[in-house]
Amino acid sequence: MDHAWIPLLLSLKVAGWATAIDVVLGVAVAFGLSRWRSSARELVDSLLTLPLVMPPTVLGYYLLVLLGRRGVIGAWLDKFDIQLVFTWQGAVIASAVVAFPLVLKSARTAFEAVDPQFERAARTLGVTETAVFFRVTLPLAARGILAGALLAFARALGEFGATLMIAGNLPGRTQTLSVAVYAAVQAGDDSTANVLVIVTSVTCVVILLAAGRLLPQRSMASVR
Amino acid sequence: MTALSIRLRKHFITPERDFLLDVAFESTSQRIVLFGPSGAGKSLTLQAIAGLIHLDEGEIVLNGTTLLDMNKGIDLTPQARRIAYLFQDYALFPHLNVRQNIAFGLKRGWWNPSKHVAHADIDYWLNAFDLKPVARQYPGQLSGGQKQRVALARALIPHPQLLLLDEPFSALDMALRQRMRQELADLQSRLDIPMVLITHDPDDVAMFGDQVVNLREGIVQIHDAGSISPSRQESRSTP
Repeated sequence: MDHAWIPLLLSLKVAGWATAIDVVLGVAVAFGLSRWRSSARELVDSLLTLPLVMPPTVLGYYLLVLLGRRGVIGAWLDKFDIQLVFTWQGAVIASAVVAFPLVLKSARTAFEAVDPQFERAARTLGVTETAVFFRVTLPLAARGILAGALLAFARALGEFGATLMIAGNLPGRTQTLSVAVYAAVQAGDDSTANVLVIVTSVTCVVILLAAGRLLPQRSMASVR
Repeated sequence: MTALSIRLRKHFITPERDFLLDVAFESTSQRIVLFGPSGAGKSLTLQAIAGLIHLDEGEIVLNGTTLLDMNKGIDLTPQARRIAYLFQDYALFPHLNVRQNIAFGLKRGWWNPSKHVAHADIDYWLNAFDLKPVARQYPGQLSGGQKQRVALARALIPHPQLLLLDEPFSALDMALRQRMRQELADLQSRLDIPMVLITHDPDDVAMFGDQVVNLREGIVQIHDAGSISPSRQESRSTP
């Protein structure tokens, strides 16, 4: 059953890229939202949180409409000979969209919990606004962001519905672990399903253990 | 000779409070005390001098340099004002050790100084404030007096032209308070740096009040504060 590695590696690759995209976008949007003084703030936040509550298949359908060859974005990308449907890159986009609210929510809460006093102190010490963000705000929010990133990674790893809609089920190319389990069960191939399920479970335990070690154990007890 | 001239005005309207900050004073003293009860607008005045809050109207001139003139559209950023601020609870960066905290203002760019950052000025302040043994510790592990010394060193290391202190001794116990007062007074004379200190404690007024500015409900009570002796302030205090 050595071919269980293929969907596992693909799943890790897809979830890794999706998490990376989510962290960059999520941190930027969360920081913007935490500083934006406007009544439209909560509306934007709600819209961006929609993927958390919508059925993944519905999201997948939206993505298909947008990214398909005849979709608004898909037609434009087609000019550059880029196709996302039925590719692992499409699976990355599906996972990134589904997991995005998890990073956004955690990062926004983390940014709002940073005492503005520290940022004021940094300003009086002559540090530029960009440096205040990288040297004070971001490190003080780092734990919350990391927690959000781990949740997003776990969510992306388990992504099924939207991925199946946009990337399909091509063994070796777009067949991630959760899709492979479904395919094996559908085909009545119980032995493959058993292996895949065990591999998935072990992977999840390993990620949880790694997450526990990743979180810094430094004396940050005074972070308010 | 220091010359500080300040005129500030800002109307704060929040659901809880309608507050007018209207402060104006001039001084040539090295030690100025803003004195008044809690909620009189002392901290807001200090933040306005440092450029941390935006005003409706105002003018701040320090040693001939205009830091703020709303009419002429001059409003220097806190970074450009070169004014040090000692926060009431010190605001030491909890993710940086003592050495990094002190070095913070020396290091430019997007990254924090390393844990072992070396610079003659850092060692000078670590020695001067007896902080060598705790240089690698984090703010959460320090005593109140040590925290204050780290915050002072961090504030003074970029060579500011004015030092603002927000209730600097209120977080300390009585015995330590007296000692830190003396320490700060000695430091001020040695560095010859002008300072503005806010307090509701008459003992601070007695020690630092070369010039006293009285604040109540956001309004300066007496402009010519030089004629008021510190002992008379006690009857006004409502800590």
